[in-house]
Amino acid sequence: MYEKFIKKYAPTKDNLIYILHEIQDNHPQQYVSEEAVQEVSEYLKVSPAHIYGVLTFYTMFSTKPRGKNIIRLCESPPCFLRGSEQILKKLKESLDVKIGETTKDGLFTLELCACLGVCGNAPVMMINEDVYGDLTEKKVEKIINDIKGRQE
Amino acid sequence: MKFYRSHILIGIDDSSLQSGVKEIENSLRQELDKNNLSDEVNILETGTLGYFGTGVSITVYPDQITYVNITKEDIPEIVSEHFLKGRPVRRLMLDKEFTSKYDFGYKRRIVLENSGLIDPENIEEYIGTGGYEGWEKALTEMKPNQIVEEVKQSGLRGRGGAGFPTGLKWSFTAPLEVEQKYVVVNADEGEPGTFKDRLIMEGDPHKLLEGVMIASRAVGASKAYIYIRGEYKLCIQRLQHAIKQAYDYGILGKNIFGSDFNLDIYLKIGAGAYVCGEETALIESMEGNRGNPRNKPPFPGVEGAWKAPTVVNNVETLANVPSIIKNGADWYAAFGVEGCTGSKVYTILGDVKHPGLCEVDMGTPLRTIIDGYGGGIKDGKEFKAALVGGAAGVFLPNKMLDVKMDFNSLQEYAAVLGSGAILVMNEDADMVDMLWSVIRFFRHESCGKCSPCANGNEILYRLITDIRNGKGKEEDLEHMIMLSETMKESSFCALGQSLLLPVKSAIENFREDFLARMK
Repeated sequence: MYEKFIKKYAPTKDNLIYILHEIQDNHPQQYVSEEAVQEVSEYLKVSPAHIYGVLTFYTMFSTKPRGKNIIRLCESPPCFLRGSEQILKKLKESLDVKIGETTKDGLFTLELCACLGVCGNAPVMMINEDVYGDLTEKKVEKIINDIKGRQE
Repeated sequence: MKFYRSHILIGIDDSSLQSGVKEIENSLRQELDKNNLSDEVNILETGTLGYFGTGVSITVYPDQITYVNITKEDIPEIVSEHFLKGRPVRRLMLDKEFTSKYDFGYKRRIVLENSGLIDPENIEEYIGTGGYEGWEKALTEMKPNQIVEEVKQSGLRGRGGAGFPTGLKWSFTAPLEVEQKYVVVNADEGEPGTFKDRLIMEGDPHKLLEGVMIASRAVGASKAYIYIRGEYKLCIQRLQHAIKQAYDYGILGKNIFGSDFNLDIYLKIGAGAYVCGEETALIESMEGNRGNPRNKPPFPGVEGAWKAPTVVNNVETLANVPSIIKNGADWYAAFGVEGCTGSKVYTILGDVKHPGLCEVDMGTPLRTIIDGYGGGIKDGKEFKAALVGGAAGVFLPNKMLDVKMDFNSLQEYAAVLGSGAILVMNEDADMVDMLWSVIRFFRHESCGKCSPCANGNEILYRLITDIRNGKGKEEDLEHMIMLSETMKESSFCALGQSLLLPVKSAIENFREDFLARMK
C-alpha cells in the first residue's frame, strides 16, 4: 500500500530518509508503520533493523501513530529564556496530555524539539509545517482553538 | 520593461510568515488596485529585511522608508497616506536613528548583500546584481589550482564554528586523482540561536549555489549535495526552485559555458538530529544511515561520502566565495582583521530591543553588536550575560563585552565564535536555569555512540538538576567542570567535547548564582 510513495525514488539506500519522510507525511496518523518498514526493506534491500535504527535516531520520525496536528515546541536555550516552560505548561493543560501523547480526539500530539532557527521570535513552536512565534499563553489558546474550529 | 513610481519590498521569511505576511500582502495588492495604483506601485517579495520581533515589515523605495509591525488594518492608511498623498505614516516607521546609526545600509555586507533587496525566486535579479560573474570567471579564466590559491590568499576561514582555513581544506582534495569527488554543503543548521544560514538560503539562494559551483570546480567535483535540515521548508522550496533555474539557464548541468565541466547539484533533506552538523555524521546521514560520526582520520577530504574525497563546507563559508573570486583575494582581505578576514553574520537574540541579524567585519567588538544592532537591553533592565557561539558557546559577563569578535581574539577569553549566535540575558536570568537548559539540550542530542558523551551528559544533567532543585553541594561545581574536561578529552566528536565551554564559563563567571541555590 506504500508502493506509490516508495517507487518515486530510485532503490538506493541514500534515498531512505526521503522515502521515510514521504511515507510519514502521507499517512493520516503521521507515522511509519511496521508494514511500511517491511515494504521499504524489500525495495531498498536493506534490513528492517537498519530502517528501524534510522527511524528512531531522527526526532522528526515516529514509529507510533500520532495526531492530525503535531505540535513541536522548541525547548532550546533561546526559547527557554523567553518562557517556553510556561508555554509548555499551558499546552499540557489546554490539551490535557503529557509530552509525547496524543489528545483523545486524535487532533493533537504534543512534542518537544530542539532549535527551529526562528529564535528572533522566541518562544516558538511548529504545528505540522507552520511556524508560530512570539508565543504567549493567550496566543497559544487562540491557535489551538482556531485549529479545533477548522476541523468542525 | 515596465517602470514603476515606487517599489515595495516585502520580507518573506519564516518569521514574517508566522505573522501572516501573505494575507497582508494580498490586502496590500487589493488596496492598491482599488486606488488604481497597481500600475504605479510594484510589490516585490524578497528575503528577510532583518527586523525580527517586529512582525511584518516592508521597505518602500526610492523613499527608503521601512514600516514595521504592520497589520491588515493599517493597509488602507498606508496606501492612502503614503502612496496617494505622499505622506509617510510616522507611527509605523522604523526608528530612523536606529537604522542610520548602524550599517543597515549594506555598505559592508558580503554574504547578505542582496538579501532583502532582490527577489530570491528570480535568477535574473541575482544576475542583474553581478551574480554568477564569479562563476563565469572561475570557469572560463581560471585554472582549478588558481581558484584554490585565490581562496587561500583571501584568508577565508570556515564559518561553521571551527574556523578552519577554507583554501587549505580544498587543497587536500583538489590534487587527488580519482573518478569521483563531491562537494557537500552543511546546511544542517541546528546550533541553538543560529539561523544565519537560513537567512542566506531564503534571501539569496543563488549566492550559495554560485559558491558551490566555484568550490566544485576548484576541487574537481562533478556532483554536489546540499544537506539541509528538514525543518527549513521555505529554504528547501527556494533552493529547489533556484537549482531548476540554474539548469534552465545553462549555469548548471553539462558543458557549462561551453567548457568540458559538468556539475549537478542535489538536495538532501535531514530529519532532525543536531549531531548531523558534524561533518562525518552528516555524510553518514546522507548515505541513508543513522547520523553517528565516523573515525577521523581518514578525513572526509580524502575519504568521505561513498568513500570518495568530499569537501564539506558551511553555507556561510561558501556564500563568501563568489565575491572573493569576482573581486579578488585582496579586496576580501581588506575586510576584518589580520588572521580573520571578511565579514561575519550574527544573530542577536534574547532580552534585546531589536532581536535580529547583522553582518559586520570580523573583529567588531561584542559590545557594539549588542548595544548597536541589538539596540541594547529592553525594558530598562541591566545586562547580565551573553551566551556567545550557540549552546556550545561561552557565557560572558559584562566585563568581557569589549572582546573583539574574531577567532583569535575570542581565544584569549577562552571563548569561541562558534556559529555566530549571541543570546543576551538581562538581570532576571538565572545562570543555573540557563546552564540546565544547555545541558538538557546536549543530553537530548548526544547520539549515544561513545560513552564519555552519552554517560557524561546524563551525569551532568543529574548534577545540574539537583542544584536547580536546591539539593546541590558546592563540590558538585568542581565535579561538573572536571567531568566536562574529561568529556572534552575523550569524546568521539565535537558534540561531547562542547560541554566544557558553557559549563566552565557559567560556573566560573556566575558562581554566585549557583551558590545561591545551595543555601
